[in-house]
Amino acid sequence: MTDTEATAAARGAGSAGEGSAFRVIEARDLCLTFETNDGPVHALSSVDLTVDRGEFVSFIGPSGCGKTTLLRVIADLEQPTSGSISVNGMSPEEARKARAYGYVFQAAALYPWRTIAGNVALPLEIMGLDKAEREARIKRNLELVNLAGFERKFPWQLSGGMQQRASIARALAVEPDLLLMDEPFGALDEIVRDHLNEQLNRLWDRTNKTVIFVTHSIPEAVFLSTKIVVMSPRPGRVHDVIECNLPRERTLDIRETPEFLEIAHRVRDGLRAGHAYDDE
Amino acid sequence: MIAGIPLTVLGGAAALLFAAIAAVTGTAAFSPAFVACGLLLLVAVGGAVLRRDDALGAAVVILSVHAAAVPLMLHIDSAPGEMDSGYWALLVSAWLMAWTSVTRLTQTSKKLPTGARRAVDLLIPLIFGLWLMLIWEAITRGAGVPQVLLPAPSAIWAKLTASLPILWADFVQTFLKAVIVGYVLGCGIGFGTAILVDRSPFLKRGLVPVGNMVSALPIIGIAPIMVMWFGFDWQSKAAVVVIMTFFPMLVNTLEGLSASSSMQRDLMRTYAASYGQTLWKLRLVEALPFIFNALKINSTLALIGAIVAEFFGTPIVGMGFRISTEVGRMNVDMVWAEIAVAALAGSAFYGALVLIERALTFWHPSNR
Ligand SMILES: Nc1ncnc2c1ncn2[C@@H]1O[C@H](COP(=O)(O)OP(=O)(O)OP(=O)(O)O)[C@@H](O)[C@H]1O
Ligand SMILES: [Mg+2]
Repeated sequence: MTDTEATAAARGAGSAGEGSAFRVIEARDLCLTFETNDGPVHALSSVDLTVDRGEFVSFIGPSGCGKTTLLRVIADLEQPTSGSISVNGMSPEEARKARAYGYVFQAAALYPWRTIAGNVALPLEIMGLDKAEREARIKRNLELVNLAGFERKFPWQLSGGMQQRASIARALAVEPDLLLMDEPFGALDEIVRDHLNEQLNRLWDRTNKTVIFVTHSIPEAVFLSTKIVVMSPRPGRVHDVIECNLPRERTLDIRETPEFLEIAHRVRDGLRAGHAYDDE
Repeated sequence: MIAGIPLTVLGGAAALLFAAIAAVTGTAAFSPAFVACGLLLLVAVGGAVLRRDDALGAAVVILSVHAAAVPLMLHIDSAPGEMDSGYWALLVSAWLMAWTSVTRLTQTSKKLPTGARRAVDLLIPLIFGLWLMLIWEAITRGAGVPQVLLPAPSAIWAKLTASLPILWADFVQTFLKAVIVGYVLGCGIGFGTAILVDRSPFLKRGLVPVGNMVSALPIIGIAPIMVMWFGFDWQSKAAVVVIMTFFPMLVNTLEGLSASSSMQRDLMRTYAASYGQTLWKLRLVEALPFIFNALKINSTLALIGAIVAEFFGTPIVGMGFRISTEVGRMNVDMVWAEIAVAALAGSAFYGALVLIERALTFWHPSNR
């Protein structure tokens, strides 16, 4: 993405409302209970969360603590039982209809009848972009996730990790100001994961996007984030919010520095405490 | 020595031996054709035994057994309708050796390049059909089965070629008019209704049970009523076809429309895709295997429906009309000629649908 596009994006966020000009997510006392056959499941219980423009926020926590659910509430794929939430100063539904975000699902969810290029083109076709623009974006984003040359392959001809990268390219191609990513790198090997972590950090730093990122990896969370939200299960809630004020532009070496290890340590303690709380 | 020789070859050799003994001892009628057939089958048996697993052996078996079929048929003319045990033994031997030849063909084709393997895969059902006809011909003519019970394929073929203009007129009336029009309308209306029903839960509760009931109506009951509503000509038959094909299409399309996974639909939601975009770019594509299922079922239903509907009043043309009148006049070969036309048209219709389906649903796990 170019710098002009980035400033244009920043202006777009500014028009969201004067009072909360840079507040992208504002959740107050958010609760969500699934009614299942074996009784209610409290997936989210009084969650408070604020995310400002340009932040990189990671959700980390044990399986089943409601990370995906919280992301889905932000994306208007799930309705909260109580509490309030706004996205870009609008309701999640209005934000979704305004195509305010791009969502990377926990699984690739590519359409098997479309080639890789066709899958990346899908949201662009829906947005009504012309062919030249679509092709430029497909090329740019497939290169970003190292999938250049695989345009004409079908998803089932690719490995699981390559499929997941294609789905990341698909979300990036929309060029949203807000990226919601649900364990996007979970299926990838360590080397590719490092590479994509760096790419994502650079993309975020350059374009001033807001990213909300779910992960199980502490180093990944610390490396990428400005803020780490530690969650704990049953009922799913926010256990701790850890600020992570490393420099915005990071290289993988940063993982050896004392500051990095110190934050990683606090995240680990937070996760342990969340688990212990659960055992009582 | 005997171990490793397939049972079909052993059986073929035994039957051949029996035929030879019957001929030599004079209990069997004897003709040059009989000798030629016996010798060719001997070559086939020899090829199958001596060259058990190479391509040359396979070629010898295939060529000689098919060449043997010609004198086998010619021999019937020596005494039509009263063939003896020597002939039947020869027929059994030929049948077993033909079976062997197909087995050998499949074995050899595994070593061939893909293109040639495809050709062999096409050839095998052809050989199978050919031998079905040969045995049918040999039994009906050899044993003198009465024409009314079951005419020989050659008699049916003679009738078919002699009555091409009539058969063509019947085909136009029944297939090109009633079947095609009724099929297109029935499938189209069923599909359209499915789209409407899918949008409105109210319609779903109202229309699906009604459709279910209509599909359960017996064709024997509807056909005369359609004749009263739409007249004697093909329109009333097309109406019967519409009724028969509507419901399978409705049910299958409805099922197909809910085949997409919730994550795929969520994805469309995050793009704020319109109803139409989600329908066109996701749900209808996922529904294609189901829709083709209905199209294939309906292709057979439509043909049956149109032919049977003609039993209940029609102008003096049409495949169903011809079948019912010629049966009354004991012209069974004409009935079989119509059946042959119907079978050919039906298979071609079905085959075309399968080809289109393969091209459109190449991505489905069952096709890739
Ligand atoms: N549609 C649903 N119906 C009922 N219960 C649900 C539903 N979706 C999620 N849950 C429950 O809500 C809880 C939180 O689920 P969620 O998917 O948000 O967990 P998660 O933190 O993303 O876990 P993971 O790390 O394994 O992806 C779980 O207990 C889950 O069983
Ligand atoms: Mg999850």
